[in-house]
Amino acid sequence: MASPQPRIGVITYPGSQDDRDALWALAALDAEAVAVWHEERDLPDLDAVVLPGGFSYGDYLRCGAIAGFSPATAAVHEFAEAGGLVLGICNGFQILCEAGLLPGALLRNESLRFVCRDVSLIVERDDLPFTKRCTAGLPLVLPVKHGDGRYLPPPDLDPAQVVLRYVDNPNGSVGGIAGVCNEAGNVMGLMPHPEHAVDPLLGSDDGALLLASLVDAAREEVLTAI
Amino acid sequence: MRATVLVRPKPGILDPQGEAVGSALGHLGFEVRDARIGKVIDLEVEAADEATAKAEVEQMCERLLANPLIESYEVEIVG
Repeated sequence: MASPQPRIGVITYPGSQDDRDALWALAALDAEAVAVWHEERDLPDLDAVVLPGGFSYGDYLRCGAIAGFSPATAAVHEFAEAGGLVLGICNGFQILCEAGLLPGALLRNESLRFVCRDVSLIVERDDLPFTKRCTAGLPLVLPVKHGDGRYLPPPDLDPAQVVLRYVDNPNGSVGGIAGVCNEAGNVMGLMPHPEHAVDPLLGSDDGALLLASLVDAAREEVLTAI
Repeated sequence: MRATVLVRPKPGILDPQGEAVGSALGHLGFEVRDARIGKVIDLEVEAADEATAKAEVEQMCERLLANPLIESYEVEIVG
């Protein structure tokens, strides 16, 4: 039997920018990428969900705050609580923090400058559905592009929830934290953009290691369901 | 009823905007030891009395207007 193609949803909020790149990258990595509009209160039948980057709802009040209450985010909440795989990238990470699905908050960059460049990242966890194709200790190169990426963990954050750290901290994140997961390990958020780095022509294809890990894990969900 | 909400970065939270403004004030010759930047949200709410209005606006703060990890808030009912 041919290996099944997992269905991975990408939510488009008003102001999302990287939804198309995420859909393109997931399709290139052999997933069926499904666009989901933010007003959908019920998700279609999906094996994983990606919250993309951008400036949802204009990032008014606080980045991700208003999107944290949109109908699709409520559906993502239920999906995650049932053990579904959820990845938030950049603004998607901010939304997951604001929605209470990930610990901590993302604040204005310490430099007050928007940073847009490639960064090196240390992989702390290579046992997650999002990182199984990575090797702990081997660096990844991914682009960042954000003005509000300074991660502030809650005082009681379990260090095991830190998935990625910057080699050279671009935004003043506490502990150089670039990506975290929830306690169960089925929800992850990161500020860098794996969907912009899936082809060597784009400067790096290290993002494919993260997204292909997600596609693998989503495929396992399909196989378990059969 | 009109309500004013003051949202502030919590003590200990690095506020680079406040630092930049404090330093700019220093360049203008003012002696500023500390500057912190928050926000003001003015609301017009429907409520029977002041206590009900305050309770409702406090709920708005808890759920959306402030992020309790990084911000504190004060609610004032202005009548």
